[in-house]
Amino acid sequence: MLTELTEPTTLKASQPVNLVVNGTPLQLNLLPWVSLLDALRDYSGLTGTKKGCDHGQCGACTVICDGKRVLSCLSLAISKDGSEITTIEGIAPEGDLHPLQKAFIEHDAFQCGYCTPGQICSAIGMMKEGKAKTRAEVKELMSGNLCRCGANTNIIDAIMEVQNQSVHE
Amino acid sequence: MNNFTYKRAESIEDALAQNSSGGNSSYLAGGTNLVDLMKYDLTRPDTLVDLNRVDGHHEIYETPEGGLLLGAFVTNADTAWHPSVEERYPLLSKAILAGASAQIRNMATNGGNLLQRTRCYYFYDANVPCNKREPGSGCSAIPGYNRIMAILGTSESCIAVFPSDMCVGLAALDATVHVEGPTGSRSIPFADFHRLPGDTPEIDNTLLPGEIITGIELPANGFSKNYSYLKLRDRNSYAFALVSVATGLELDGNVIREARIALGGVAHKPWRVREAEEFLAGKTADSVHFGQAAEIILRGAVGFPHNAFKIELAKRAIVRNCMMALNPESQLPGAQPSV
Repeated sequence: MLTELTEPTTLKASQPVNLVVNGTPLQLNLLPWVSLLDALRDYSGLTGTKKGCDHGQCGACTVICDGKRVLSCLSLAISKDGSEITTIEGIAPEGDLHPLQKAFIEHDAFQCGYCTPGQICSAIGMMKEGKAKTRAEVKELMSGNLCRCGANTNIIDAIMEVQNQSVHE
Repeated sequence: MNNFTYKRAESIEDALAQNSSGGNSSYLAGGTNLVDLMKYDLTRPDTLVDLNRVDGHHEIYETPEGGLLLGAFVTNADTAWHPSVEERYPLLSKAILAGASAQIRNMATNGGNLLQRTRCYYFYDANVPCNKREPGSGCSAIPGYNRIMAILGTSESCIAVFPSDMCVGLAALDATVHVEGPTGSRSIPFADFHRLPGDTPEIDNTLLPGEIITGIELPANGFSKNYSYLKLRDRNSYAFALVSVATGLELDGNVIREARIALGGVAHKPWRVREAEEFLAGKTADSVHFGQAAEIILRGAVGFPHNAFKIELAKRAIVRNCMMALNPESQLPGAQPSV
């Protein structure tokens, strides 16, 4: 006879969680310990947001929640009930590229690409915050996004280009 | 992560009531430390009471006494960039922005910042003894790799450091912590909020079971003219401090009227030595006097095989930071040392 090693996880523990993801209302039924990251990747089919360390150290899971860049791995989805989330899939219309996506390609701002969705969502959040003016400030305020391929210099180049364009617009 | 029951509180009263059901319950705010600890299975609450939607304590406002009240649920980022904080308490703003990353500061709350646990490697490694995690099991840091550990106020039970930058600024500014709990509300002077490990390192602070931080009050004087926060670490951003220093000076010409110096990364709590600050009062603001104050602050410091360098590092950081406070514009983003 099998012995149950863990408490059974009953569906009764699941609770409705409403999110607006990339403009689309989603009604999910989630256990309270599901992170926003897992809610997006495993329950909403949006795998653009990446799971790097899953401990808030790498920034790969960065999404924009109610206008602010946050780490989806350290957010409980249930706590974000009612929030508007923007992921890498939602930053530009289908078939089009966001200026940062174009700049990342032009500046060769990635190698493996795993950190890229987080880098771009973080950069969008940073520009919205409007606190980084100089290159040194951009580097400081992007330091929560690690690139282990070593494309950091090109990533900052790409962001600086878009930032300068936005200033001139 | 263990399974838990999730409850959402609508008010502090509601949170206190929902928490009172007994058992092992935790309050959830920004979650940047708590959720991480739960993922490592180091904290296993059977109930989480979510405080993010309680009414009140989400604002920053001026107090009748001329100070500033920081709501417990305001994020670290919103606090650092609040116009009143930037203008009147730039030391606090600098300290906050030296910690964590932009994303984490967008999530982490003021109350939660005070309650974060140590980042001691051995506390995080459930396979080894740790008195803070498992009282009575022993300390792995003392015989282990202790580069990031404390040099002041340590005990035979624990040499972990408290990791916050924000709290180093709050200590220098003489903040007050307002809490509400099952037995009513009270205010705790910042110096009395965190504690030294002694033989009970599992207790980080003087908050009582069930109590909730509702706000942090700053007194009127923010040392906004002469201040500096210096953070020294193994990489220039997004790393915990080896040593950090918050300095606030009130000057009369080049004579010090009042000095505040708090250290981070060196002890189980932000480290302040009143005797050194009193020594500086009336002295000229120069590196000789700051050096003498540093000697007083580091008196009694004890190094371990891998962190003894911190004693000299802290002394030099104090002098450098006090000199930078004479010219706050010399500071670089992220509390990096100016050249």
